[in-house]
Amino acid sequence: MAKISPLQIYKFLPGTNCLECGESSCMAFASALIERKKKIDACVPLMEKKEYAEKKEKLIDLLTPPVKEITIGNVVIGGEEVMYRHDLTYFNPTAFFIDVDDSMPRESLIEKVEKVRNFKITRIGQELTLDGIAIRSKTDDPTKFGETVLSIYENYYMPFILCSYNPEILEVGLEIAAERKPLLYAATRDNWEAVADLALKHGCPVVASSPGDIQGLADLVQNLSDNGIKDIVLDIGSYPGGKQFYEMNENLAILRRLAIEEREKLFGYPILGVPMVAWMKEKDAVKATMKEATLAAVQLLRYCDALILHSPETWSLLPLLTLRQNIYTDPRVPISVEAGARVIGSPDENSPVLLTSNFALTYYTVEGDLQSSKVSCYLLVVDTEGLAVEVAMAGNKLTAAGVKEALEEAKLLEKVNHKKLIIPGRAARISGEIEEETGWEVIVGPIDSSRIGGFLEEKWGV
Amino acid sequence: MNLERALLELIGTEEIEELELENVKVDVDELIFEIKRAAMAYQLAQAKQLPVSRTEEKKEVYAYTPPVKTYKGSVAEVCLGATKADGGTRGKVVKIGGQSTLYRFEGGHKNKPIVSFDVFDIPMPSFPKSLREFWGDVWEDPADWAKRAVKLGSEVVTLHLISTDPRIKDTPPKEAAKTLEDVLQAVDVPLIVGGSGNPDKDPMVFEKVAEAAEGEMLLIASANLDLDYKKVVDAAVKYKHNVLSFTSMNITDQQTLNRLLFDAGLPKERLVQDPTTGALGYGLDYTYSIIERLKQNALKGDELLQNPVFCGVTNAWAAREAWMNEPSWGPREYRGPLWEILTAITVINAGADGMMMLHPKAVKTVKNLLAAASGEDEGDGELRYEDWLGGV
Ligand code: B12
Ligand code: SF4
Repeated sequence: MAKISPLQIYKFLPGTNCLECGESSCMAFASALIERKKKIDACVPLMEKKEYAEKKEKLIDLLTPPVKEITIGNVVIGGEEVMYRHDLTYFNPTAFFIDVDDSMPRESLIEKVEKVRNFKITRIGQELTLDGIAIRSKTDDPTKFGETVLSIYENYYMPFILCSYNPEILEVGLEIAAERKPLLYAATRDNWEAVADLALKHGCPVVASSPGDIQGLADLVQNLSDNGIKDIVLDIGSYPGGKQFYEMNENLAILRRLAIEEREKLFGYPILGVPMVAWMKEKDAVKATMKEATLAAVQLLRYCDALILHSPETWSLLPLLTLRQNIYTDPRVPISVEAGARVIGSPDENSPVLLTSNFALTYYTVEGDLQSSKVSCYLLVVDTEGLAVEVAMAGNKLTAAGVKEALEEAKLLEKVNHKKLIIPGRAARISGEIEEETGWEVIVGPIDSSRIGGFLEEKWGV
Repeated sequence: MNLERALLELIGTEEIEELELENVKVDVDELIFEIKRAAMAYQLAQAKQLPVSRTEEKKEVYAYTPPVKTYKGSVAEVCLGATKADGGTRGKVVKIGGQSTLYRFEGGHKNKPIVSFDVFDIPMPSFPKSLREFWGDVWEDPADWAKRAVKLGSEVVTLHLISTDPRIKDTPPKEAAKTLEDVLQAVDVPLIVGGSGNPDKDPMVFEKVAEAAEGEMLLIASANLDLDYKKVVDAAVKYKHNVLSFTSMNITDQQTLNRLLFDAGLPKERLVQDPTTGALGYGLDYTYSIIERLKQNALKGDELLQNPVFCGVTNAWAAREAWMNEPSWGPREYRGPLWEILTAITVINAGADGMMMLHPKAVKTVKNLLAAASGEDEGDGELRYEDWLGGV
C-alpha cells in the first residue's frame, strides 16, 4: 500500500501552527503522527473545535492502520500499515505466549510460569522477553480450568490467552480473570454466539478461528462484528507439514494482502499462529521443539502478530526472539547507542582511551571483548549515525572532525593524563587526520576487537 | 434523535471518558455507569436476537477470491549443471528461479529453492564443534567430503577453493582445477565453485577451473566489483558456465554489477545474484529487506535484477550464539543448527532461490520445509488442527 505522507495528513490539520501539540508546526505534528510519536488527540483544536469535526473524522480514518491494534492485557499486537518492512517499518512485535494446561501438576505449572516471567536475555542492549501465558483447557473440566487460571491470576500479572472451544470453560476463566482483558480462544462456526456473548459481556478480545477456510473466516468475522465485537484476532490454522502447511503459508500472505493492499476490513485484524501444533505428532521433546521453532519462524515472517508456543527452552527461544528483534528493527534507523565516553572496569588517569562507533552491534561487541579481556579503560563512542566502523568509514560518517567533537564533549583530558587515542584498525585511513585535528597521538588498534586484550598488553602494558 | 439511543451508540467507541455532556445536568459518573449497563444489556439482547447467518444477510456478502496480481517482469530461470546430452557429465541438472509472480498461490513458481552443502579444499579445524562432528573425518579429501554432502541431500555441491589464497597455501590455479576434477568425478550433481575471495587471484583460478570443467555449467562464485570481472565472464562464456554476481547489501551496486556482467557478454539466463547474507542477529534484517526488494523490483520490471538469488546461509555459524558454549543459552548442539535454520527460513521467505549451508540436520529440516512449502510434500496424513487443545 502507499505510505501516508505528512502532506496528506497536514490537509486535515487546522494549519494554524498554534503549537499546542508541542510540535514546532502542524507539519511537524503530521510527521510525528506518521512516526507514531504523537497521538492525534494532542492537537487540541482539532479534537475540540466544531469547525474541524469533519477534518477530525477524516484524519482518524486516514490514520487508522489497516490492521487493527488489539490489546491483550497490556501487550499490544497488530497495528501494521505495510506488508513489507522496507515500505515503512513494522510496529508491534509478534507477541510470544507460552502454553500451560489444566492437567499440569501445580508445581510444574508454577515452575513454567515462573520461567516465562523471568525469561530475559540482553542482546545488543535490548531485553528479549516473553509476553504472556496461554492457559489451555486440556481436560475440558471447568473446575480444573478454574483452578489453573486462579493460581496464575493470583500470583502473576501477565497477559493471558484463555483457550477452549467450550464457552462454559471460557466463562469460568473469565469470571476469575476478565478484569485483565485476556484474549479468548476461540470463536468458531459452531460456538461463536456463546463466545461472542462472553466477549461482549467482559469486553475482551476474541480469536475467530476457521482452520484452512478463508471464506469461513470472513463469515465468522462478519458475524462477530455485526454483533458489536470490535477486537478480533484471526486464526486460519497452524500446520507443521504437508499440503496443509503449504496452504497455511499461502493463506497467511493472502490474509495480510487482503487487509493491507485490498483494504478488506474483514481481515483488518492481527493474526494468531499456534506453532505448538508441532508437538501433536512428535513425542521426542527435542525434535518437537525444533519443529515448533521452525514453524514459529515461518509464522513470524508471515505476518503472525501473536504466537502460542509450548517449549520454554532457551536454545529455541533465543534464536526466535533474535529473529523478532531483526524483523521488527526499524529499517530507517539502525539500532544505535548514545555517543559519549563509557567507563569500562575501573580506569585511572593512566588508562587507555579507545574509540568506536555508536552502531549498537559494534558497541556491544567491543564492550563485550573489553570486558572479557578484563581491561580497564575509557571507551569513546562517536556518533556515526548508527553505522558500523567500516560502513561509517565508507560512508564518511566517521571523520576527524567528529572524533574531535566527541573528545571535547567527553572532557577526557580531565580524566586521563595522556593524549593517546586507540582507534579501530578499520579506521586506520584517518589516523593522520585525527592527529592533526585533535592534537592527540593516534594508535591504530587491531581490525577485530576480539584481539584487543593481547594488543593492549603489548602496547600499553596492561 | 433520542438522547439515550445516541449515547448507546457512542458506548461502542471506547471514548466514554471523553463523552461531552455539556447540557445534561446529572451526575456524570452515575449516568455513565447506567449507560454502560444499559448498553451491555442492549448489546447482549442484540447478540441474542440477531445471530446473523450468511443466508439472511442484508448488505452485500463478502465472497472470497484469492488476491492474485499480475506482474510486468519475471525472474530468469538459470540451469545449473549439464548432462551428457548438453555437453557435461552431470546425472541431472537443477533449475532455479523463473518466477513470474511474488507468491506461489498466484501460480508463477515452477522451481523450489535448493540447498547446497559447502565443501572446502582444505581441512577446517576452525569449524564449531557441532560441524566438526559431521565433517571432520572427510575433510582431508574434498571428493570424500562432496560424496558425503550428496548422500546427505545436497542438490548441488559448493566447492570453495580457499587454499588458493596467497595467505593460506597459494595453491596454483592448475592444482585447484585438479581438485575440481576430482570432485566432478566423485559426484554427479551440479557444482558451484568458489574462490578464496582474493581479488587478484580469483580470476586466474576461475579461468583454469572453467577450462577444466568445460561444458559443466558450473556456477562460478563469484564476480564482484573489486576484481577483473571481465576475465571471469569471458571464461564462463567460453567454457559454458554461470556466474554469481556478488555485492554487499546494496541494490544499486547489484544493478551496476549485473549490468557490467551483461555488458561483458554474460547471457541473462547465466547470472545468479548474491546480495550478501548477514547472519541471524548480525545483519539478517538488512539481507531480508534487500532480497525482498530485489525480487519485487524484478517482478515490477527492473531488467537488471531479474535473476535468481543465492545466499550464503553458512554465515550463520559466524554468530557467537550459534557456536559458543554458553550454558545460559542452552545446549549449543541444538542452538547452532537452529541458528542456521532460522537464517535460511528468513532468506527463503524473502525470496531466495538457493542456499549454501553446513549443518546436516539444518539442511534436512530446511529441505523438508521447502518440499512442504512448494506443495510437493503430502505429509504424513492430515492433522486436525482443532485437536491441539487436547492433543499436546
Ligand atoms: C551491514 C553492512 C551495511 C549496512 C549498515 C549496517 C550498519 N548499521 O552499519 C548498510 C546496508 C546500510 C551498509 C551501507 C553501506 N556500506 Co556496508 N556493509 C555492511 C557489512 C555487510 C557488515 C558491517 C557490519 O555490520 N559489521 C559488523 C560490525 C560489528 O563491525 P565493525 O563496526 O567494523 O566493528 C568491528 C571492528 O571494526 C572492530 N572494532 C570496532 N570498534 C573498535 C574499536 C577498537 C579500539 C578496535 C581496536 C577495534 C574495533 O571490532 C568490531 C568487531 O569485529 C560490511 C561487509 C562485511 N561483511 O563486513 C559492508 C561494508 C562495510 N559496506 C561497505 C560500503 C561501501 C557501504 C556503502 C558506502 C555502500 C554500500 N555498499 O551500500 C554504504 C554506506 C552507508 C552510508 N549511509 O553512508 C563496504 C566498505 C568498503 C570499504 N572498505 O571501504 C563493505 C566492507 C562491503 C564491501 N566489501 O563492499 N552497509
Ligand atoms: S496543535 Fe494542531 S493546530 Fe496547533 S500546531 Fe499542533 S497540529 Fe497545528
